[in-house]
Amino acid sequence: MTSSLLLLVLFDGLTQAALLFLVALGLTLIFGVLRIINVAHGAVYAFGGYAAASVGTALVTGDSIGLSLLPILIGGISMGLLLGAIIEIGVIRRILAMDEVMQLLATFAVFLIMEDLQRFIWGTAPVSVGGAVDAMGSVTIANITYMSYQVIFLPISALIIYLALRWTLGHTRFGRQLVAVAHNREVASAMGINAKRIGLLTFCLGTVLGTLGGALASPTTTLVPGTGGDMMVLSFAVVAVAGLGQITGTIVAALLIGVAKALSVHLFPELDVVVPYLIMLLILLWRPQGLFAVTQSRRV
Amino acid sequence: MLRIFPWFIGALAIFLGLYFSWMKTPLIIGLSYGFAALGVSILIRAGQVSFGHAGFTCMSGYAMVAALKIWPEIDGLILILISGLAGLIAGGIVGLFMMRYRGIFFGMLNLAMSMVLFSLLGKFYHVTGGTDGISFDRPKLLGQLLDRSNYETALLVLCAFFVVITCSLVQRFYASPTGQALIALKSNEVRLEYIGISAKKVFYKGYVASATLCGFAGGIFALVQGLVTPEMGYWVSSGEYVFIAVLGGTYHAVGAFIGAIGFTFLKLFAAAAMTGAWQLVIGSVLLVLIFVAPNGLVAWLRKFDRKTSHAQK
Repeated sequence: MTSSLLLLVLFDGLTQAALLFLVALGLTLIFGVLRIINVAHGAVYAFGGYAAASVGTALVTGDSIGLSLLPILIGGISMGLLLGAIIEIGVIRRILAMDEVMQLLATFAVFLIMEDLQRFIWGTAPVSVGGAVDAMGSVTIANITYMSYQVIFLPISALIIYLALRWTLGHTRFGRQLVAVAHNREVASAMGINAKRIGLLTFCLGTVLGTLGGALASPTTTLVPGTGGDMMVLSFAVVAVAGLGQITGTIVAALLIGVAKALSVHLFPELDVVVPYLIMLLILLWRPQGLFAVTQSRRV
Repeated sequence: MLRIFPWFIGALAIFLGLYFSWMKTPLIIGLSYGFAALGVSILIRAGQVSFGHAGFTCMSGYAMVAALKIWPEIDGLILILISGLAGLIAGGIVGLFMMRYRGIFFGMLNLAMSMVLFSLLGKFYHVTGGTDGISFDRPKLLGQLLDRSNYETALLVLCAFFVVITCSLVQRFYASPTGQALIALKSNEVRLEYIGISAKKVFYKGYVASATLCGFAGGIFALVQGLVTPEMGYWVSSGEYVFIAVLGGTYHAVGAFIGAIGFTFLKLFAAAAMTGAWQLVIGSVLLVLIFVAPNGLVAWLRKFDRKTSHAQK
């Protein structure tokens, strides 16, 4: 394998890992606080992408970087808040006390509904908006031209979002309350924390991370029906490999899966779809709780 | 009362199929889904949901077609048994590592497995015919080459017969020590281990049983369609199995078939009244079920059952 191909794979993997990380972070955050794996998270990602594309076409997008990024931010964040509030109030808070099977089924039902709604709202024709990618131009490293948006902007935004989240969790009132609820919901409530409110806010934050991931991905990919399902499995693979609720581990897992996926795209294109699943299967065979999970004693 | 329900379902299916001949195909497909859903219910009783059991259905369908290509003279009934056997073998292998996982890990690993199969079947088109799948001519059924209408009638009657047999076998399985231990797996796995029962072994048996039923379903589904496609193994089908299992309820084996009949009518209704909104319909119904009737339709029958037995006393 030549060094330029290796570099290509690394940068490609980095781009994918950045997006995967954002989406998986939302999933793992929601799990950490509410103990629910939101199966509809993949659809949330797709909605974010479509929202950014819609806002982009509705607004007159300029050629400047700022103007091309604006629809991504507006579309992604507003869609995330909207979906987060609707799903949390309508479904999630009502299933917290149910057993795990019903929780999974309820979010799965939400996923099914969202898949069809997406088709009604945005149709089945592929949607693509490349304004931001063109605006940022390209860089040339070792004779290969890369889009700056992909190799510089996406990884850096993902990193900034991660650091901001870490800071929020450690240094703000909301963040500390969130950690407390994640640690033990009952004790946190007894200490006067409004766990219901924290649940709503966390869920909204998680969905915003999902929609933002979709919005940031929208300039580089084409949105088609089915995007949501693929992303759900991919982001779950990342979360499972890292260990449920492990925020920092998610970075490592996202990089692992992102680079492996990029590698297979360049070396064995037929296996491109299969590789993330294989990695998940292998890691879980070796460590059933994921790479970074702390083993918990099971309750009797 | 629940005991005679499998007979009732079988008779209802045959009656509807003979009276409205256009309903034969949807009914056979519906009942084949019922077998797969029954497989999924076994796991739901153990507190686990699989989002990938359509993988077994699909794989068995392909295995059956392979058998048909090798021995073109083979009988349809034997083909159905072969597909069940294919499900058994596949479940026996995959179950070896699936038995270690619970909850969302279990659900997602099954999904991953079925998606791997789905994309492999689509990619290797020189063997599998790609996304178009493989079509085949109607095989002999019960020793005779039948025309389309008689073939479907025979298949429907066979299905109804299988419903009765399968329900009684699965009820026996539920009543067996392994079946009882499966329910205990849901309520408390650690306690199960304390009394000296291997949770993994119990779950493995349940998993193999569920895969076998899915294989069986795959054979019937492929026979009525005359075609196998990777689409059979797509996650949407797996989701539909889970839907049927929840709609019918898991208290009694017949629940899956009650759910399957309900599912068939819902699908016919959705196709007529709400074209293109199939997932929206089943998603909404599923959500309503979870909040209103989490134990499914069979739970109502059970309530009725109890009332009558009290009255007799």
